[in-house]
Amino acid sequence: MITMKINGVEVKAEEGWTILETARFYGLEIPTLCHHEGLTPYGGCRLCLVEIGEGPRAKLVSSCTYPAEEGLVVHTDTKRVVQARRMMIELMLSVAPYSKVIQDLASKFGVTRMRFKIRNEECILCGLCVRMCEEQMDGKAIGFQNRGYQRKISTPFDLRSEECRLCGGCIYICPACQLRCQGPQAETAICNACLTMEPTCLDFYDELQCWMYDAGRCGTCVREKKS
Amino acid sequence: MKRIKKFKNVEELKKAIEQQEAARQQEKKKRVIVVSSGTCGQARGSLKVIEALKKALREEGLKDQVAIRITGCHGFCEAEPNLIIYPDRIFYQKLTPPDVRTIVKETLVEGRVVEKFLHRDPLTKERAWYENEIPFYQKQKRIVLGDNVFVDPTSLLEYLAIGGFRPFIKVLTRMKPEEIIQTVKQSGLRGRGGAGFPTGLKWEATRRAPGDIKYIICNGDEGDPGAYMDRSVLEGNPYRVLEGMMIGALAIGAREGYLYVRDEYPLAVRHVTLALEQLYKAGLLGEKILGTDFSLDLHLAKGAGAFVCGEETALIASIEGRVGEPRQRPPFPAQKGLWRKPTCINNVETWANIPLIMLNGADWFSSIGTSGSKGTKIFSLVGKINNTGLVEVPMGITLREIIYDIGGGIPEGKAFKAVQTGGPSGGCLPASMLDQIIDYESLTAAGSIMGSGGMIVMDEKTCMVDVAKYFLNFLRDESCGKCISCREGTQRMWEIVRDITEGLGQPGDLELLEELALATKEASMCGLGQTAANPVLSTLRYFRDEYEAHIYEKRCPAGVCKNLIRYAVIPEKCTGCEACKRACPTGAIQGTRKDVHLILYDKCIKCGACLEACRFEAIEAQREEAITIVREVKP
Repeated sequence: MITMKINGVEVKAEEGWTILETARFYGLEIPTLCHHEGLTPYGGCRLCLVEIGEGPRAKLVSSCTYPAEEGLVVHTDTKRVVQARRMMIELMLSVAPYSKVIQDLASKFGVTRMRFKIRNEECILCGLCVRMCEEQMDGKAIGFQNRGYQRKISTPFDLRSEECRLCGGCIYICPACQLRCQGPQAETAICNACLTMEPTCLDFYDELQCWMYDAGRCGTCVREKKS
Repeated sequence: MKRIKKFKNVEELKKAIEQQEAARQQEKKKRVIVVSSGTCGQARGSLKVIEALKKALREEGLKDQVAIRITGCHGFCEAEPNLIIYPDRIFYQKLTPPDVRTIVKETLVEGRVVEKFLHRDPLTKERAWYENEIPFYQKQKRIVLGDNVFVDPTSLLEYLAIGGFRPFIKVLTRMKPEEIIQTVKQSGLRGRGGAGFPTGLKWEATRRAPGDIKYIICNGDEGDPGAYMDRSVLEGNPYRVLEGMMIGALAIGAREGYLYVRDEYPLAVRHVTLALEQLYKAGLLGEKILGTDFSLDLHLAKGAGAFVCGEETALIASIEGRVGEPRQRPPFPAQKGLWRKPTCINNVETWANIPLIMLNGADWFSSIGTSGSKGTKIFSLVGKINNTGLVEVPMGITLREIIYDIGGGIPEGKAFKAVQTGGPSGGCLPASMLDQIIDYESLTAAGSIMGSGGMIVMDEKTCMVDVAKYFLNFLRDESCGKCISCREGTQRMWEIVRDITEGLGQPGDLELLEELALATKEASMCGLGQTAANPVLSTLRYFRDEYEAHIYEKRCPAGVCKNLIRYAVIPEKCTGCEACKRACPTGAIQGTRKDVHLILYDKCIKCGACLEACRFEAIEAQREEAITIVREVKP
């Protein structure tokens, strides 16, 4: 067993577990998007970021790919994590504004602005479909093409694939295919229809997650510690 | 080429080294002409120079008295093609085939120095007769690159002649693996690829990792724009790198290794292939090397041109035949690397330092440099600098010394503005940082990185926003695209900076840019994304006023950004020489001879050809007055 600390609580993890698995085992919520229990961890969406280490050497890593290590100190909802996570959601919104999953994430994590030009690609290249096709459906019909800003998911040479059995696994697992609900602000880039409640916490909890998984929006829980 | 016979044991190799060294001593009595012919030399015609030299020597009947040695790059790219005449060390530069004939006649036959081919200092205008008098070389400490002058990179025997493989013999016969690692640790050598991880610790971790099969890898995937240190080492002295790897394999307990060299370096690939062939023939690679129990196979893997493959986990994926994309560390390659076996991966320059440390000892190496960074580092000094080239300097030297003493300052008397260190993911340091000493920690503190050693000098006519745009464009293309933070982060940063350079900047852009840059840095998985924000963050830190001028005044202070400038003739300075008129590709310049010219704005495409053509500084980039472009409203 590996002993480590998550949010100040001592936890035990099995050999081979990731930080995410350990946290979830203890009921701690870490948001994910490109992660799926039946598929190999990918680490592409950067939503599951957590802060590891302490002091100047503390850094952010994706918890879905980072193995549990003896003596590791993990914080799941520091200000640093929340800020980076929000920027990731904002970036995802800018390329897939019509996805319900991403709109919901925006509401949940208090992303109320989207400051980039919309480039609606209906895909955030999370790679779920590619892994689904390969690992669960044994199809390998689709894959990534190119790199950097030209990266896309397609069949080889963009032709109808002979490997594809039209099983629909890729569509089933896609977080961007599902259309957003037509809420009160359907025309805008950001819906936020579900963002109705304001957090009510009044006190400062350094090592606790916000019960709304929304640390930082109201500012109470992440403000600087009074000395 | 002389045939190489297999060395059956250490004694035979020792004897061969002694023979070659003695032959080298003999050679010193006669004249040797060393011609630099790396990729840079060849690009500037060194092959033709060599042909002309051979012909001239034949015609003068000096063929047997004068030897020619064709070597890799000596580092002084500005002076290519050049040759050095030993034993006097007369240095002739920027030669063409007809020049060589003159040199052979004047210097070799009549014993006179031809002044016009000597190096002339750009600042003092003084001619330097001999190689060691050239200021470019004087402040350098060329422990890795220095031997390039003495070695024909295509011949193993030449490498033996400079005492090559003596360190390997020493290690093989007298040192235990732990002692080798201890020596490397004591020397304080840190990885030359950029991150600066202590090499000894890496070796130790790989050695201690459980498992019988271990690998070593040489990272020669040098993809930074304007950096070519590794190429020159591989081209000019491949045996030293290979010897370093052999020593490393012995220490780590590896039996197999790879050299990952990018295929865009055909000469380096050729020289490494040749070197590997010769080492196998000589029995220095393969089974039971020199009759001992030590066996090692080294292979060449060619990179297909992805910057991200310089990242170690991506490089390993590439060797394994997978897509070159990084993965999460841990597990580190030292635990699970190539084919999931413990792997030690070091940069070309790191490996090249190893034989020197083994030969001269850890104390010798750690006596060079600063307290935290030992030894020397090769930088490729490029951009707006008089002496373009590779400079090898001890750690702890200041930027000023490199740029002014070695580099000879900025051409055309322009003012220094910034220097970009560490390649595309490094940062730009301003003039106020010129006295900054160079080592891993202080460069990081200044907002840049050591990187693999690129050093791009910029003068006052460089727009820093444009520079940031250039590097972001490179990075958005070279990001593998796995992490959204890096793929979208670099793309969006590029979009914002592009808009700023086009006069579409808005208030709030800088804050967004900073926020995004920070998120990209924090959230990305590998080194590429984590450093991708450096060009933006460092220019924002030191040149924020330039960004602000672009956004609020719609003005490019350096006169570079096309949308924000227009070219105009200064009537007082114009002599009416028509040079600009001839240079203009669109016929946008009007005016008759000896009359002040005029630029027609509707025809001008702002290519800047007139600015370059004018010898009287009569054309200037003014602020474009009528900017009517409005960025589409953001949702």
